[in-house]
Amino acid sequence: MERRSSAALFTVLFFGIALLYLPILVLIGYSFNASPLVNVWGGFSTAWYARLLHNRPLLEAALLSLEVAVAASSGAVVLGTLAAVALVRFARFPGRLLLTGMVNAPLVMPEIITGITQLLLFVSMVQLFSWPHRGFTTIVLSHITFCTAYVTITVQSRLAAADRTLEEAAQDLGASPARAFLEITLPIIAPAIISSWLLCFTLSLDDLVISSFVAGPGASTLPMVIYSKVKLGVSPDINALASLIVCAVGVCIIAAGWLVTRSDRRRALETQHAVAEHAAGRAPRSLTAPS
Amino acid sequence: MKPTWRPGRWLIILPPLIFLFVFFLIPFAFAFKISFAEAAPRVPPFTDIISFTRDHHLQLSLTLGNYRYLLTDEVYGVAYLYSLRTAFFSTLICLLLGYPMAYAIARSPHSTQGLLLLIIMLPFWTSFLLRVYALEGIIRDNGFLNTALLHLGLISHPLRIMRTSLAVYLGIIYSYLPFMVLPLFATLEKLDPTLLEAAADLGSTPRRAFLDITLPLSLPGVIAGSMLVFIPAVGEFVIPSLLGGPNQLMIGRVLWDEFFGNHDWPVASAVAIAFLLLLVGPIAIYQYYNVRQLEA
Repeated sequence: MERRSSAALFTVLFFGIALLYLPILVLIGYSFNASPLVNVWGGFSTAWYARLLHNRPLLEAALLSLEVAVAASSGAVVLGTLAAVALVRFARFPGRLLLTGMVNAPLVMPEIITGITQLLLFVSMVQLFSWPHRGFTTIVLSHITFCTAYVTITVQSRLAAADRTLEEAAQDLGASPARAFLEITLPIIAPAIISSWLLCFTLSLDDLVISSFVAGPGASTLPMVIYSKVKLGVSPDINALASLIVCAVGVCIIAAGWLVTRSDRRRALETQHAVAEHAAGRAPRSLTAPS
Repeated sequence: MKPTWRPGRWLIILPPLIFLFVFFLIPFAFAFKISFAEAAPRVPPFTDIISFTRDHHLQLSLTLGNYRYLLTDEVYGVAYLYSLRTAFFSTLICLLLGYPMAYAIARSPHSTQGLLLLIIMLPFWTSFLLRVYALEGIIRDNGFLNTALLHLGLISHPLRIMRTSLAVYLGIIYSYLPFMVLPLFATLEKLDPTLLEAAADLGSTPRRAFLDITLPLSLPGVIAGSMLVFIPAVGEFVIPSLLGGPNQLMIGRVLWDEFFGNHDWPVASAVAIAFLLLLVGPIAIYQYYNVRQLEA
């Protein structure tokens, strides 16, 4: 009975994983199809990839998207980390509830609502202060808004798990709170900051709905160009582009995951090592139990 | 040790607080305001609500016409209901599929858990738009699925999936499944296995133990996962737009068309505000469970 239910569980798991991956694998297969027809295999070809290099509007949109993604994820990492520090370290302050709500709500808010409300804000701001003009600036500002939430969630859990006593020890030894934080805690939460930067980068690169609203008539990001092409039907060069993006993002994410695990493992090893050394020395046993 | 309050802390709190206040919260106030304006052929394309008359009187002109329009034109009611229904059933199917998946991951050896989670999460981090497009390659009339089934001789005519509700359901389930699995895994992983052993020792069948112990204890994950799927699914635009046909009218699509097609910003704002009111309940539930989980 036990074994049978287990087998059923894993069958569903593998069915689910197959569902998640089959479309992407088929898409990559199509991208090497020499024939532009999807149901005919015309032989292996990399022609669609070569065609991408001559598509100027696509390349310009890709450049804009990359610039936006770098700016937005960098801004979001700063704001999100500050919010995480405030929420984890400061138990009470005026506006705490407001900050919690504003950090979590963008995660579930439908993009279409965020998009239109932010556009209306930007339009009204232009009337009042003649800033910001729609384009790069407004796209970055709105991407920072939804990315900040992801940074805060990621850094928050890491920070809550971090050992506070080291920082307190540093402060007891005369370091200022800021210095103790920068030298002790920041390295501990650095993997979370790096991986959330990468997450924001991919989310920003992928955003269609919010960008479409706030970009204005002049600017087009990569997803906007892809959407308008895809709306007209399947096109082989989009298959090639999509395969490139999916693979690049996949590599980034796996690298980020590996980075975080490796630094965790190294830290755990160092701690173990320090504890062992300490135990071998003069410390009483009760202090050496690893927590 | 209770740390003393330092004024320097405001340097940490204020930047995110002010930024999110200005760029996340204030926009709703503007959308609310503009939902009472009228469309006008100018830049920006709506009338002023507050204006000065020639003799320096302050003039406030509000119209409820946009909201009345939402109530009288049945497109909006139909779209709201279709969105709610589609999101509800997609969430249910995601739950039925995601629960065993999360349970299997939680019961697998610790060393493989990380890998399985990465496999589940990877699609979420790769492009949403491109994944919906990739799904189109599978379910098109001449797509992968139909070609395969025709070759195998299982069907004689291609199945028509694109531009139907089935395509929208498949799209939502395919795109949002990871959001369901992750919170479920987080609660199932914390479950103490000795509770199930105790139940078995006391004569409980595995089914009974599941219903009495596992299911109630995983309820926070069920709710968090369901909200993470349901709320964005109601407002989904890309999936009904790319996979659905003219009958798969979801509210996100109506809002998009009102804005980009008809250039009627005030009506689009009214749609957004009405939609938001509909979502206040689910978002509040999500926030409540989220805060509780963070504190646990």
